Amino acid sequence: MTDKIMTASQAVERFVEDGDQIALGGFTVNRNPMVLTREIIRQRKRELYLVVHSHGQAMELLIGAGCVQRVELAYGGVARFAPTGYRFKKAFLEKRIEVEDYSNYQMTLRFMAGAMGLPFVATTSGLSSDIVRLSGFPPESRGRGKVPAHKLKVIDNPLDDGGGQVVILPPLNPDVALIHVQYAGDDGTCRIDGLTFADIEQAKAARKVIVSCEEIVPRAFIRRNPDQNCLAPFLVDALVQAPFGAHPTACHKFYDYDPMHLNMFKKMAPDDDRFQNYLEEWVYPFDSQEAYLAKVGIRDLLKIRANPALGYAPGLDRR
Amino acid sequence: MEQYTASEIMALSAGRLVHNGDILFAGTGLSMLAATVAKRIHAPEAVVFFETGGIDPSLDELPLAVADPRVMVGTAVNSGLADALSLLGHPKLRTIAFLGAAQIDRYGNLNSTQLGTYESPVQRFPGSGGACDAASLAYGVIIFMQHQRRRFVDKLDYFTSPGWLSGGQSRWQAGFKRGGPMAVVTNLGVLKFDEKSREMYLDAYYPFTEPKKIAAETGFPLDLSRARPCAAPTDAELKTLRDDVDPQRLILGPLPAAMADDAAAHG
Repeated sequence: MTDKIMTASQAVERFVEDGDQIALGGFTVNRNPMVLTREIIRQRKRELYLVVHSHGQAMELLIGAGCVQRVELAYGGVARFAPTGYRFKKAFLEKRIEVEDYSNYQMTLRFMAGAMGLPFVATTSGLSSDIVRLSGFPPESRGRGKVPAHKLKVIDNPLDDGGGQVVILPPLNPDVALIHVQYAGDDGTCRIDGLTFADIEQAKAARKVIVSCEEIVPRAFIRRNPDQNCLAPFLVDALVQAPFGAHPTACHKFYDYDPMHLNMFKKMAPDDDRFQNYLEEWVYPFDSQEAYLAKVGIRDLLKIRANPALGYAPGLDRR
Repeated sequence: MEQYTASEIMALSAGRLVHNGDILFAGTGLSMLAATVAKRIHAPEAVVFFETGGIDPSLDELPLAVADPRVMVGTAVNSGLADALSLLGHPKLRTIAFLGAAQIDRYGNLNSTQLGTYESPVQRFPGSGGACDAASLAYGVIIFMQHQRRRFVDKLDYFTSPGWLSGGQSRWQAGFKRGGPMAVVTNLGVLKFDEKSREMYLDAYYPFTEPKKIAAETGFPLDLSRARPCAAPTDAELKTLRDDVDPQRLILGPLPAAMADDAAAHG
C-alpha cells in the first residue's frame, strides 16, 4: 500500500486537474493544506472550483494566484491577520471569481450529505435570510459540470403539516479533498490531533483524497490506538510527508500559526504587484518543503514550535 | 474623566447578561472577554464553546481566532463543526451566541457579507461563517456593534443572519423554533427588543454619553423612553478584566496613559 506515498508534485500532477471541484481542509489559521496549495499554484492549475466552510490562507493564495474560477463558502478570512481575505475580497469585488454564500452549518451538512450518500439535507438555519433568497452564481453556470442545478430550496416541511419551512441543500462530492493531518500510517490511515473541523466529512465526500502529514508512521504503530484514527486507509489516494506542511497556519501539537509570516503577508496581499512578489518569493521557487522551510528559517520555526504539553507556542508574540 | 475604556464597559455590560450555567457560543474579540469575565465574576459554571469544535477550553492564553490551537486545550471535548454547530440548537441547552456585524436593523437582523447591491457590491466582508447558524438556532443572541449611523440602518444591504425578521410574530411564522436577539451591546450603551413589536429600544446608556446622542447615531427611530443610566464598571470588575482576563490587553487595546497612571496609583 506504500505506493500511495509520493511527493506533493506527483500527487498534484496525478490527482488534480484544471476545472476540478476542490474541498480545502482546515479552518482560517489552522491546518490549511499549504504544501499542496503551493504545489497547485506552481503547476498553474486553472479554473478550480473551491468548496469550503471558513477558509483562510490556502484559499487566499489560490485565488490570488489566479487558480480559481468559483467558490462556495461560508467565510473568507484569516482571522485577525485578514478579517476579510484580501485576495478573496479583491477578486469578488472585481468579479474575477463567482461566489456563492452559505453558512458554516450548511456547508458542513452538505459535506456530510455527500459523505453519506444523501440526496439532499434539510435545516432551518438561514430561513428568511439573503443566503436563501439570493444566488451569486450566474444562472448560466447552474447545472453545468459540478455546479448544482439549485443553490438550495426553501420548502414546507414535508413531514410536519404546518411545521413551517425548511431549507434543503444539495450534497457536495468534490473531485478532490486536500487535507493536512498530524499523523498518517504508511498505508494512509489518518489521525488528527485537536479539532477536526470538517476535514473528515470533506475527505469522505470526495472522489479523490490527497493527504499531507507531519509524520508518516508504520501501520502497526497507528493501529495501536485505533480509537484516535479518523480515516480508513482505502479512502486516501495520495500521501505526502510534509513537516510544517500547514505553515504559516497552525498544526496542533506541532506548531502555532506564524504571526511574523502572516503579518508580512498582510502587508503584501492587498496590492497586486506586492502579492505577485510574495508568490515569486515564497511559492514559485520551491520544489521541496525543505527548501521552503530553509527560507522561513530555523529562528522563526523554533518560535512557533508547539509546547508538547499545550499544543501551541506559549508566550508567542502574536501582535 | 472616566476610569475605563469603551471596550472595557462593553465587555463588562455583555458579561452581566450571562447567566450561570449558560452555554456560550463565542467568537473572538470582545465576546471572548465578555464570556471569560462573566465566568470569573458571577457565572462560574457558564461554558464557552467554539463553532470549530472546542468545548470548554481552559483559555490560559486568549485565542485570536476560533480555530486558534488555544481553543483545543483543557477542553471537555475536541470535535468539529458538525458537532459544535448542532449543539447550538439543542433544546435542553440555554445556548447564548455572541455575534458582531457590519450592519444591524431595528429588528436585530445582521449583515456580515457585503455592502452595495447584490449585483454591484462595493465592499465585501467575510460572510456568515457560523453567524447565520447561531442566529437561527441558538436560544439567544447578544450582538456587539460599533454605534454608528452607517451601521444601524433602516435596511440591510445584505441580510446574513436572522434576528426578529420583520418584528412581532414573524420569527415564529418563518419556521424558527426559538432564539432571537436579546441585546445589542455597543460602545455607547445597551439596546434591547420590545417583547411585542420586537423593535429595538435603548435600555441603558453609558455614563459618558446620553440618549439623544445615541439616537443621533442610529439610522432608524429609536425608543428612548425606557433608557436608564448604565452602572459604571466597579473597581472589582475592572480589576478582574484587566489583571486576570486580558493582562496583555490583546483584545482590550492600550489603556490611555492617564488611566494607566491612575490604575498604577490605585494598584
